[in-house]
Amino acid sequence: MIQMEYYLIVSTIMMFAGIYGFFTRRNLLAMLISVELILNSVDINFVVFNRFLFPGQLEGFFFSLFAIGISAAETAVAIAIIINIYRNMRNIQVKNLDKMKW
Amino acid sequence: MDYSAIFSYMYTETALIGVMVAAFLYDLIAGKKGRRFFHPFVCTLMLLFIAGTIVPYHRESAEIFGGMYVYNPVFGIVKSILATGTLIVFLQADSWLRREDTEFKRGEFYVLTLSTLIGMDFMISAGHFMMFFIGMELASVPMACLVAFDKYRNNSAEAGAKYILSALFASGLMLYGISFLYGTTGTLYFDDMTAKMEGSPLQILAMVFFFSGLGFKISLVPFHLWTADTYQGAPTSVTSYLSVISKGAAAFTLMAILVKVFAPMVQYWQMLLYIIIILSITIANIFAIRQKDLKRFLAFSSISQAGYIMLAVISGTPYGMTSLIFYVLVYMVANLAAFGVISAVEQNSGGKVCMDDWNGLYRTNPKLALTMTLALFSLAGIPPFAGFFSKFFIFAAAFEQGFHVLVFIALINTVISLYYYLLVVKAMFINKSDSPIASFRSDCSTRIGLALCLAGVLVLGIASSVYDGINMFTFGL
Repeated sequence: MIQMEYYLIVSTIMMFAGIYGFFTRRNLLAMLISVELILNSVDINFVVFNRFLFPGQLEGFFFSLFAIGISAAETAVAIAIIINIYRNMRNIQVKNLDKMKW
Repeated sequence: MDYSAIFSYMYTETALIGVMVAAFLYDLIAGKKGRRFFHPFVCTLMLLFIAGTIVPYHRESAEIFGGMYVYNPVFGIVKSILATGTLIVFLQADSWLRREDTEFKRGEFYVLTLSTLIGMDFMISAGHFMMFFIGMELASVPMACLVAFDKYRNNSAEAGAKYILSALFASGLMLYGISFLYGTTGTLYFDDMTAKMEGSPLQILAMVFFFSGLGFKISLVPFHLWTADTYQGAPTSVTSYLSVISKGAAAFTLMAILVKVFAPMVQYWQMLLYIIIILSITIANIFAIRQKDLKRFLAFSSISQAGYIMLAVISGTPYGMTSLIFYVLVYMVANLAAFGVISAVEQNSGGKVCMDDWNGLYRTNPKLALTMTLALFSLAGIPPFAGFFSKFFIFAAAFEQGFHVLVFIALINTVISLYYYLLVVKAMFINKSDSPIASFRSDCSTRIGLALCLAGVLVLGIASSVYDGINMFTFGL
């Protein structure tokens, strides 16, 4: 059987790839995808901990289900706002969001 | 289980859901004529709701849904303070909602605002991390819609994008922390988790990640970068809601969780807070001095106020809890008064929120200028007003626990903050202007809202029964 550590390595890589992407991407949708990577890594963590460390209970599974649902709602709102920005200025590059600074 | 517990202990949330559904149905059903009474209808409902829930029904705490939801009289007090603030925001938002481009969206504003309030109530009463997370997201997702409410003004959409992306990022980090808490303790219930906390390095890492999620909501300094932009771009009424209600709820929840769940790791989170308080107060003060836009200026002021609120959290005592609730109450009336004046001037002068435009406001609108001055004095903490007493209790709570240097640094920063609060007062009273903002009469609803805030600023500090009333309930925590 695959050890728990291997799953955790995958989820940690996903987490930090998400953080790296969030800071370096210059497109709003790409930033959103990076955040989704972070949220998915969390789901992996919950499921793996539940499966390997506490197999008698279901709390982690439930939490990951709720986290998936809520992150979908958040993504919907974020995409609605991004579409609105696209309608206002015809592109979604971060460098155009500079009306307010400092 | 006994379903009557939903009504006897969860009455705040149940009633609030009722108010929200009523507002939604009114929006659907009412015709053109009926819509004119939409605002009085919602305000009356909120007033009834506050009157019905202001005093906690039960004196003892209780748990329902197997410990997922916790009832406590202190939580009831905090919830009624938040509901009062929401009512004041509704009163002040009316003149903005009456504008032609927002009139048809009026119902959305009420429903979204009420649903964020429900989310905060659940977040405060949570006894399980899933409940806490759902409450927090229920508060922050509709909040993003509210920030982007004026969607055809570029600034509002930009502010919304900045808010939702930072909120997603912060909640991702927080979830990552919670996942490690689950991995090390094997439970997500607050009560069971405390027993298994031993302060291992992984748990400290988890605590820091968890803290970043709530630190984002309270906008403490390393997580504050969204604050100024969002506050400036959002509609003024939404900004005032964001700066007071959302921040107060998150600050209280943070204290409740740190004291309850992370009790065995007290020296670690006190060290964390120690650094964050100094950073928040100092950096926000330095940035506030150079602001010209009043909403942006109040954003930085609210970051530094959040730092002061954390002084109560760091003490970790029931006394600190009382002073935190009292501080949130006083900060709420003062900040809502300031934002109410800004909103009134903005609506009646075609969007003037720059400090230079406000020169000579005293000559044309003396009452508004006076209200703004009293609110700013209260925020700065000048003695006869409520702000002085709330700051005093906060400092006393931290001092009692031996944070002498920290209180000293906070005191120095109070003097700095006095400088930039007085800059606005100087602009209104002393600076001359060739074309000051024309004299106007604000509408009835705004005036009621401002009068309520002003009464709070003047009375809350002197009427000691308010503080005693809060203290009576926090003692048992």
